[in-house]
Amino acid sequence: MAAPCVPCGRVLSRRLSHAVRASLCRRPGYWTTSAFDWQTGPRSQLLKLIHTTVVTTKKNAHVSRQQSYTQEFIKKQIEEFNIGKRHLANMMGEDPETFTEEDIDRAIAYLFPSGLFEKRARPIMKHPEHIFPKQRAIQWGEDGRPFHFLFYTGKQSYYSLMHEVYGKVLQLEKHRDPLSEKTEFRDLIGSRWLIKEELEEMLVEKLSDQDYAQFIRLLEKLLTLPCGPAEEEFVQKFRRSITIQSKKQLIEPVQYDGRGLAFSTGTGRRKSATAEAVVYEHGSGKIHVNGVDYLLYFPVTQDREQLMFPFHFLDRLEKHDVTCTVSGGGRSAQAGAIRLAMSKALCSFITEDEVEWLRQAGLLTPDPRIRERKKPGQEGARRKFTWKKR
Amino acid sequence: MAPAPALLTPLLCAGVRRWPGFLQKAALGPAGQNGRMVTGAPAPAVSEPQDSYELQSRILNVPLQHSDFFNVKELFSVKSLFEARVHLGHKAGCRHRFMEPYIFGNRLGQDIIDLDQTALNLQQALNFTAHVAYRKGIILFVSRNRQFSYLIENTARDCGEYAHTRYFKGGLLTNAQLLFGPTVRLPDLIIFLHTLNNVFEPHVAVRDAAKMNIPTVGIVDTNCNPCLITYPVPGNDDSPQAIQLFCQLFQTTINRAKEKRRQMEALHRLQSRDSEGSATSSAPDKSHSP
Repeated sequence: MAAPCVPCGRVLSRRLSHAVRASLCRRPGYWTTSAFDWQTGPRSQLLKLIHTTVVTTKKNAHVSRQQSYTQEFIKKQIEEFNIGKRHLANMMGEDPETFTEEDIDRAIAYLFPSGLFEKRARPIMKHPEHIFPKQRAIQWGEDGRPFHFLFYTGKQSYYSLMHEVYGKVLQLEKHRDPLSEKTEFRDLIGSRWLIKEELEEMLVEKLSDQDYAQFIRLLEKLLTLPCGPAEEEFVQKFRRSITIQSKKQLIEPVQYDGRGLAFSTGTGRRKSATAEAVVYEHGSGKIHVNGVDYLLYFPVTQDREQLMFPFHFLDRLEKHDVTCTVSGGGRSAQAGAIRLAMSKALCSFITEDEVEWLRQAGLLTPDPRIRERKKPGQEGARRKFTWKKR
Repeated sequence: MAPAPALLTPLLCAGVRRWPGFLQKAALGPAGQNGRMVTGAPAPAVSEPQDSYELQSRILNVPLQHSDFFNVKELFSVKSLFEARVHLGHKAGCRHRFMEPYIFGNRLGQDIIDLDQTALNLQQALNFTAHVAYRKGIILFVSRNRQFSYLIENTARDCGEYAHTRYFKGGLLTNAQLLFGPTVRLPDLIIFLHTLNNVFEPHVAVRDAAKMNIPTVGIVDTNCNPCLITYPVPGNDDSPQAIQLFCQLFQTTINRAKEKRRQMEALHRLQSRDSEGSATSSAPDKSHSP
């Protein structure tokens, strides 16, 4: 390949080798060819290599590994990354100034196609701050005095945070109106507390479960007191918003056929049956499956009940017409597939709240159960051969 | 003030082992410069290192000549201790055997601590704290009583020192190299505002400080063990007023000592500049008013 790609390749290989070396070092023992066996004998002077495990139980191994990531080292890595990024942009024929991280990922996936299943084992080229774990700089000055007043506790960021929150609680309790007994209710729907890992990442410190629980308890206590806007903002730093599940539901657009009637389509699958349903907005409750009325297609009452369930749930039993096609599976699977398809199609004609009710009723969730395979040495998936005592 | 110089020399020697750069000069100072006059005729221009050398020895030795250089006696009185309820101990059943010398008597089942002895011990302790702060030592406030944890942390932060009122991890003092890093500096003085932990057992830091040759100042109540503490101060550690008084006292002494240090350094810097400058100018008269 052309010359500019060589440094990029070196950068990549170095990054890859770092990742690989780090993953090797993490395992407690590794195979080496360290032992030699002398074959004693009159003529043999052969060296026979014996593979042995060497257990690395060096006492300060983790300390030395952490110390290897000095500030200069990280800076050098960042420089090399930037140079490599420019070379990569040149290679791909794009502008180096506006080469974003997604472009880097796409370029690497194109240049180094990998068939590995494990995504983290594939070649990556990321900014060093994503690869090397965040570490703390030295916590004390030249004279040896630590910078933070809670340094000797071991977990200075966590305890200083607790100290701060407790100070806020005391202040609010002092200024609270002693006569008012009502506790504040805040609309906390749509957000959740930080999880322990996120808090650890924020503080760059290891925490225990009890520490985390104490912290959340203290924040909740803060929320029961009348807070001002400053405290609200402070607490919001420790909350993350959660996407409401129902908003992710895809609602089919309403279509109009030749005669101007509104309808909507939906597909559904259950076991090995696939169904496609067309639900008309105005109708009289007729359901046709593969051209036949559902009373004839499904002689069993249970299957017909499955088909009626979405409409019965929303009190729209005789308001919609349905035409559907289904193939594969057995009678129960086909019924389940049609039910799912109908529910999905029905979403276009109902309100958002009703969609949420359908979702919570489980009508919009495809049933993931499939037939379990038969295993060797057994008669079926679970059934074993008859056990004979002798 | 008999214990103070005797204890400071091991501190200096320990400092030499732990922190060679700064304290070594001070350790060599007393050998040569003891009898020198502080205010003398303008000396001829001496070489720079020798000048800073005697400067440092002057700054560090002069406070040691006085018994109460920082005048800590004026910060409290027996009456103020009484008003802060420092004399109230626990019930007679909780009494520790080694606290008996410090107890004045027993009233209606409650032990009363002898405030005369307290005043004496407190003066010694405050004087020692002031000297450590003057010599830029690291002071660590330790307590495991949750009622006053916030107050003590605030006190420590306000005087620029350190506090540890949380769960004390196993080898914090004895295994600090592993926990923090190879070049960590340990505290030079530990002040215990509560010697017992939450299960009424002696705090681990008392024993560990004794192991690591770190001097300790501690407020010992009638149920505490004063044995391993270098400067025990018998007093009440359960009333808010008493703890607030002690926090104020420690904060004032430390601030005072640091201020004094700044003044001395500024004064000596001025003096050395004057002596280097002109030969005819007389050295300014230095007054040691605390």
